[in-house]
Amino acid sequence: MADSPLIEIRNLVKHFGSVIALSGVSMSVGRGEVLCLLGDNGAGKSTLIKTLSGVHKPTSGEYLVEGRSVAFASPRDALDAGIATVYQDLAMIPLMSVTRNFFMGREPVKGVWPFRYVDFDHCDTVTREEMHRIGIDVRDPHQAVGTLSGGERQCVAIARAVYFGAKVLILDEPTSALGVAQTSMVLKYIHQVRSKGLGVIFITHNVRHAYAVGDRFTVLNRGKTLGTHAKSEIKIDELQNLMAGGKELQAVSEELGGMV
Amino acid sequence: MVTASQPAAASPANTVKALQDERLKEVSLITKIMRRPELGAMAGLVLVTIFFLSTADASMFSLAGLMNILSPASQLGILAIAAALLMIGGEFDLSIGSMVAFAGLIFGGFLVLSGWPLLLAITATFAVAALLGGLNGQLVIRTRLPSFIVTLAFLFILRGLSLVGLKWATGGSTQLRGVGERAGDGIVREIFSGNALEGLFSWLAANNIIAKFPNGTPTVTGVPVSILWFIGLALLATWVLLRTRAGNWIFAAGGDANAARNSGVPVDRVKTVLFMLTACAAALVAILTVIDAGSTDARRGFQKEFEAIIAAVIGGCLLTGGYGSAIGAFFGAIIFGMVSIGLTYTRFDSDWFQVFLGGMLLLAVLFNNFIRKKVTGER
Repeated sequence: MADSPLIEIRNLVKHFGSVIALSGVSMSVGRGEVLCLLGDNGAGKSTLIKTLSGVHKPTSGEYLVEGRSVAFASPRDALDAGIATVYQDLAMIPLMSVTRNFFMGREPVKGVWPFRYVDFDHCDTVTREEMHRIGIDVRDPHQAVGTLSGGERQCVAIARAVYFGAKVLILDEPTSALGVAQTSMVLKYIHQVRSKGLGVIFITHNVRHAYAVGDRFTVLNRGKTLGTHAKSEIKIDELQNLMAGGKELQAVSEELGGMV
Repeated sequence: MVTASQPAAASPANTVKALQDERLKEVSLITKIMRRPELGAMAGLVLVTIFFLSTADASMFSLAGLMNILSPASQLGILAIAAALLMIGGEFDLSIGSMVAFAGLIFGGFLVLSGWPLLLAITATFAVAALLGGLNGQLVIRTRLPSFIVTLAFLFILRGLSLVGLKWATGGSTQLRGVGERAGDGIVREIFSGNALEGLFSWLAANNIIAKFPNGTPTVTGVPVSILWFIGLALLATWVLLRTRAGNWIFAAGGDANAARNSGVPVDRVKTVLFMLTACAAALVAILTVIDAGSTDARRGFQKEFEAIIAAVIGGCLLTGGYGSAIGAFFGAIIFGMVSIGLTYTRFDSDWFQVFLGGMLLLAVLFNNFIRKKVTGER
């Protein structure tokens, strides 16, 4: 089983009443691999992520984690199986300290009930070390997450998932709200996570960001996969056209002087 | 975009280091103090104390005067601490004042009409209150309506039920008497009424440390138990908030329920428990005051919901949730007690209290907003 991919889905279908959100999606992610999931608005990216992370149950199709078929009842189940999802804007609580955010929902406790308490000194140390490791110098782990920049927040969220033993990271548009420097910070961190042997599913609609770190690219359109391509097989322009559904964008692009 | 499109070319572990932000200032001691939510309430308490030290009769700050202040402060404070926890958890409970009256009614009913022993009556009162609090919570969670509206409905429902119930139980009166006689004596009554530490106070008086009457009994015979409950709950709530997993969950649930859920925090359970806790705090105040007064009436706890929320806000709680402290609500309640009682020690008309109340609330909200911007670095 060592060779089986971390996550594999085959012909995944998801209906919401009469709406067909996903009509047979197949993809896989292996260890130390970044799979980019590309698609325009309404392509079914969100539904796919939510199905992978246990929020939705698939209507039909196979979902395999390390070769074993799974059916998650809740996001917690997916998390326990090592599949961590970092949502674009719903990952951190700005008013809470970095430490409290880092350990939110998984606080290590000490002592005997009802006198169980959280060992915040230990938490502070761990947080400072983990942040240092990814190059964010948190002088005071008690500072509110709201004081961090958007890129730093994404990195903290990813670091949290890695620290708590994620095997697969699903990143939901981690760069879409960020500036250039911030984006490069997050992309570098994704690269670092991959070299640790984790599988990464990187959702984006920015082809440049995808091409920068991706090993393989799966393009999603209207609930279907338009195929998966390795980086060596496809050029950035082709990817862009594939994602936008081809001709139309090319026409617009020519009108605007090739800037899209 | 060179770095963004070609990160694989550089060794990532080293380049990421270079991204350290030189624009972050060192955290100063002042910032650390500013970050404490209860700062406003403590500053307010100092100001109010200075005001009364300079205007009020000196007897206000005698031991007897302090007990006079702390007694109403403690009753409000028990409610305010629970309200603060609930506000940090992101919800309101406007029904706590009415819950005091309703819990007083059912407590009196269990004790006087049903003739249950005190311990059973108290346990049953807490159980009913917890059930109603849980109902509030479930309604808020399941309907996704603002808790403001749901609990506003309960403010009227419970107040009305208290009136109707009292009239039904007493045959037309809005006051149910006979609680004092039915409560009996014993350890349970001593936990919930009267004064504590009487031995200590006698000893202090005998050794001339505190004031005493000519016959040797101290002028203040002990600490009202409500004050001890108040202090105990403030310490417990602070410990829970700052040092336990439940505390972290309360902050998370109020800060951003969605983010908390995504991180595996059982948000709905946290909120339901907080609603139950608030209702139980109201029941505790009802029990403490009803046994002492010997009767219960329909006006008990009138407008206490607003005072409790104001005390919590003065104590640093944000109306939007996710931020605040229990110790702040503790100080907020003491400010309340000090001003409402203290004005009678001065030559000012004691109706200035309401003006003060509104002014203090406005000031506290402005101050809290300023602090929140500081904390989150929001511009």
